[in-house]
Order: sequence, then C-alpha cells, then structure tokens
Amino acid sequence: MGFALTTEQFDAFLAGLARDYDIYAPKRLAGKGAFSGTDLIAYAPVQSLAEIVFDRKTFYSPKEILLPISQTLFYFTEEAYREPQQQQRPVIIFLRPCDVHAVKRLDQIYLHNGDQADPYYRERREKVKFFVMECTEGFDSCFCVSMGTNRTGEYAVFLRLEADRVLCDARPEFTPALAAYGREAPFTPAFIEQNKISVKTPEKIAPAVYGHPLWSEYDSRCIACGRCNVCCPTCTCFTMQDIFYEDNPRCGERRRVWAGCMIDGFTDLAGGHSFRNKYGERMRFKALHKVYDFKKRFGDHMCVGCGRCDDVCPEYISFSRIINRLAEVSDDE
Amino acid sequence: MNNPYLPVKAKILDIQKQTAIDYTFRLAAGLHVQSGQFVELSIPRVGEAPISVSDFGDGFIEMTIRRVGKLTNVVHELKPGEELFIRGPYGHGFPLEQFRGRHLVVAAGGTGLAPVKSVLNRYYHNPEEVKSLNLLAGFKSPADVLFAAELEKWAQKFSVTVTVDKGDENWTGNVGLITGYVQKLVLSNPAGTQVIVVGPPLMMKFTIREILGLGVPPENIWVSFERKMCCGLGKCGHCKIGDTYVCLDGPVFNYTRAGQLVD
Ligand SMILES: Cc1cc2nc3c(=O)[nH]c(=O)nc-3n(C[C@H](O)[C@H](O)[C@H](O)COP(=O)(O)OP(=O)(O)OC[C@H]3O[C@@H](n4cnc5c(N)ncnc54)[C@H](O)[C@@H]3O)c2cc1C
Ligand code: SF4
Ligand code: SF4
Ligand code: FES
Repeated sequence: MGFALTTEQFDAFLAGLARDYDIYAPKRLAGKGAFSGTDLIAYAPVQSLAEIVFDRKTFYSPKEILLPISQTLFYFTEEAYREPQQQQRPVIIFLRPCDVHAVKRLDQIYLHNGDQADPYYRERREKVKFFVMECTEGFDSCFCVSMGTNRTGEYAVFLRLEADRVLCDARPEFTPALAAYGREAPFTPAFIEQNKISVKTPEKIAPAVYGHPLWSEYDSRCIACGRCNVCCPTCTCFTMQDIFYEDNPRCGERRRVWAGCMIDGFTDLAGGHSFRNKYGERMRFKALHKVYDFKKRFGDHMCVGCGRCDDVCPEYISFSRIINRLAEVSDDE
Repeated sequence: MNNPYLPVKAKILDIQKQTAIDYTFRLAAGLHVQSGQFVELSIPRVGEAPISVSDFGDGFIEMTIRRVGKLTNVVHELKPGEELFIRGPYGHGFPLEQFRGRHLVVAAGGTGLAPVKSVLNRYYHNPEEVKSLNLLAGFKSPADVLFAAELEKWAQKFSVTVTVDKGDENWTGNVGLITGYVQKLVLSNPAGTQVIVVGPPLMMKFTIREILGLGVPPENIWVSFERKMCCGLGKCGHCKIGDTYVCLDGPVFNYTRAGQLVD
C-alpha cells in the first residue's frame, strides 16, 4: 500500500519505529574516508531522514549488521563456557535492491549450506526488516541489471526520496505505522533497468581457463590487501580465533573474525603447505566463486553487481572487467 | 539454542607416543563415526583444529595428532585424565560398501596413515570382507614411522610394505619413495581393484599417476583431502575448492571428482 510523508512526518515515523527497532542506514561519517578530508559512507544507527545518505553507495555493505567483523561465539571461564546473550532488538536496515539479494546469498551459506544452520546468523537474520531505497540512476560501478539483482519484492517498506517528501510502498506489517504519520498515495516502486556497465557471465569454464594468462596480470597488479573481500556484501568467510584475557588468562573467548580469499594465510596448512600463493590465482578463485562456482552449487550467482569492489580497490582493478574477460576467454576455450 | 559450534568435553583415556611429534590420544566419546571422518578438536582459549578420527570403538575415539602449532603444542602437554573438547564428526568417510568383496590397495604417505587406520583395523578383524588387501606405507625416515605395532600386526593378515625415503644405520627395511613400490604392484584384476590414496599433496598426485598406469579406472580411486578448515560446517569458506566444500562433500572423494578440483 502506498503512502506519502513529508520529511517531518517521516522523522516522526522513524522515531516511532525506534521504540521497537534499531535502525541502520547509510550515513556520512565525516573525515573517516580513505583519503584525508573525505567522508566515509557507512552503515550506522540513524534517527532522521536527513542523516540517511541517498546519493552515494556505502563503502562497506550492510552485511556487517548480520555478520559482525568479530563475533564472540563462546565465553570461557575456568570451568565453564557459555554462549553470549543475544539480547539484540529487531533491526531495520535501509539498503538497495542489490543488497537485499546479497543477504539472500549470505542466507545460502549460513542457513542452507550443509545440513546445519548457523545459529548466530539465524538469530540476527530473523530480526531484520528491509527498507529498500529506490535506485533512480545507480552509480558508476553498478551492474545489477546484468546480474539480475536490480529488482526485489522482498521488503517491508520500499522508499522513493523526492524533494520534500518520501513515497513508500509498505507491507501490511508497516501500513498502520505509516498511516498514522502520512497519507495514502498511489505509489508503485520502480527499479533500475539499465546500468552504465554491463557484464556477461561465463556459461562453462574449460579446464584451460584455470591456467589462462589472463590471471597472471594480477600477480603484480593486485596487492592482496583484501579490501574487495571486506566491502563485498556476499563475502562470507571467517577464521576461528581463541583468545585469553591478559589480566585473567584462565578466561577467554572463542571468536570468529572476517577472512578473505585474497589475503595471505587464507589457505595455510601445517607443514608449510598453502594454495594459491600467486595473487592472480586468488583472483581466479574469487572470480569463479562469484560468477561460476556458487551458481553451480546453489543456482544463483554470488556476485550481485553492487560494484563496491571496484570502488575500493587501491589498484583500480575492475571486477566487472574481469567478469567480461573471463566470459570472453571461456567462449574461446 | 541448538548450536553446532558447541564442543563437548572428552576425557583423555590414554596417550601413545608414535614418534617424537606424533601422539595418539584415546578419548572417551560415544560418537557414531565412519572411517575417514574428522572432528573439530579444541582447547578453550587456545584454539580449534580439524583432526581425523584414526580409530574408534565402543565409547572411545582415537586421534593421532602431530605437534605443529598453537593448539597441538598444548594438546601434547596434556596427560591422561585431562580433558579436550570435540565437536563432530564431520564429512564423508570411505565407502566401505564399495570395497566389499573387492581387492583393496591402500597407499598412505606419512600422517595420511591416520585417517585409514580404522579401515585397516576393520579388515584385520574382518578379513573376509575384502578379497585381498595390500598396504603400502611411506614415511620420511625410520623416526617418522607411525603405528609400528599395528604395521606388524597387520602384516600377519595381509600384505604390508613399509618404506622410508631415507634410511639410517639401523634400518633394514625398504628404502625409496612409495611411488616406486606402487609401480611394482602386480594386480590380478585392475578393474576390480579399489584403491585408497592418502598423504601430502605431491605424494597423492604422483601415486595416483602410478595407480592409473596400472590400469585401475579413476572411479575406483579414493582420496582424502586436507585443507584449512575453521568450521567443518560449510560456513567459514576456507576449505572450498571450486563448487566443493571439503568439510561437507569430503574429505574423502572419489578421484573422478577430486581430479577435477583446482585449488
Ligand atoms: C580433514 C583434516 C584432517 C586432519 N587430520 C589430522 C590428524 O589426524 N592429525 C594431525 O595432526 N593433523 C590433522 N590435520 C591437520 C591439523 O588440523 C593442523 O595441523 C592444524 O593446523 C593444527 O592446529 P595448530 O593450532 O596446532 O596449528 P597452527 O597454530 O594452526 O599451525 C599451523 C601451521 O602454521 C604454522 N604456524 C603456527 N604458528 C605460526 C606463527 N606464529 N608464525 C608462522 N607460522 C606459524 C605452523 O608451523 C603450522 O605449519 C587435519 C586437517 C584436516 C583438514
Ligand atoms: S547495483 Fe547499484 S543500481 Fe543496482 S541496486 Fe545496487 S546500488 Fe542500485
Ligand atoms: S582490493 Fe584490489 S588490490 Fe586489494 S585484494 Fe582486491 S583486487 Fe587486490
Ligand atoms: S571448514 Fe568451514 S566451510 Fe569447510
């Protein structure tokens, strides 16, 4: 059902929601950007419409709300261990259509890969409501249309920001709240139908593609910083870490922390064995994971075309270009 | 919550020193295990690692653990009566039903013998389940030989060839890479022979080449893979190769699949 709200009405709506929900949205963090004097657009709690950034894409994705960078799985005392209390409140996340699809990819790994769901993820996931922000033009690096992630029906509220009002399409759960603050107005969500960038994903990977010279270019261009992993809304990997407290070594925690396949140490085994020591091999592994392997296993591509990896790479490596080159050489082989 | 990451305590019943750095731990645990599966072993505050179940029986499991790092250094300091934490078992083990009534060759390199130890013990106790059994075990040096007592015991019931890459003045046995001994195998019916190959990556690669050279079809060859693993549950991503998760789909694979996997 459609609603129109003025800025003030929307703020009142948000204030009402804040009684029951933690609300996260893209926010401008002044001076926190990669270069001095620049701002970082990142997920943070918000209270008002003015705080929510609509005209930029976030550097990090909303996944950190579902999957914290470091998450304690157990606390250990000398004799016992206990699971952390999950006293988290329900959460509203303002995000883009591609990001909704990205959460579905996280679901695939954390809830459906193997026969046991991840209880820490599930606990948070069940409490999340999506408020989808309409994309009107998209951004330079976006390629969601090619990845089929430009549309989504999976939202609690869909929003279009206009000069002095917000148009919303709400699921029944949120219509009473919206009706309380705004007025009914016809509104049909629109989705972006064309990006500046388009990609073609490979259909079939011939064995020759694994050793193709295409990858060796990245042996030296990529510096294995892993930024593309941490900003990716679909990267799910973690490493287990036990720690003890300095002031009381008998107590400690077992945590999981984000890991990335581009970063040193990802495959290290005892005895000095490791795999994919060349950065180009890691690029091949990541690219195939995102636009080939995941689909083979689960039916959809992992990559949702949000383009964040291109935005953050210090070496100006373009993943969309890699996808297209991969498709080209796959056609040739 | 039903938490698959939650480990349970398991008391150490016995510790046997195999080599200077490999100890076999017997733990009190009532797990239902298949040969070739692994558990996640941990000590709170120290760390967690995947370890093969090298043997199991009523109310116990055994693990043969090499001292290589953070967790295993501390594990090696423990004494019987103390406790470790385990969760699992995980993964797919060896397809024993496929071996029934067949000739079986087991080629194991170094610690690769651990995940197949329970297979060998099974056929030691139930020799009628296979047509023949031929074990080839290779180690770096005489000091690295694992399960010396079992090797002697097994040799009473089936063919056992132990070789070391480099001998010493006291070593009177075979010397040379395991691949050389695989080459010399005489198989009466290669197409009817099942083969298990476990060991370090290079050993597996070259051993499989020799086995194929003997005329054994690829679908008769079984391998066990070791990759970095942080969960055993298909979540952490470290063990992934292509569309395959070693912790879920392996660690035991048929070679027709394993041979296609590119790290
Ligand atoms: C399916 C499977 C089955 C396995 N079965 C067995 C088994 O039966 N027996 C067995 O012993 N192992 C087995 N392993 C291997 C075992 O999981 C690893 O050896 C594990 O890493 C040991 O954990 P750790 O904490 O002791 O070593 P870690 O501390 O994780 O050390 C691992 C490697 O890192 C290196 N390292 C450690 N600390 C440092 C440092 N500070 N700086 C640089 N390098 C460092 C070490 O030299 C070592 O090579 C198996 C693995 C898999 C995947
Ligand atoms: S990829 Fe860009 S245009 Fe497409 S949904 Fe995401 S942010 Fe919007
Ligand atoms: S962000 Fe760029 S340089 Fe860094 S790991 Fe990714 S591709 Fe390589
Ligand atoms: S061990 Fe974590 S995904 Fe396989």
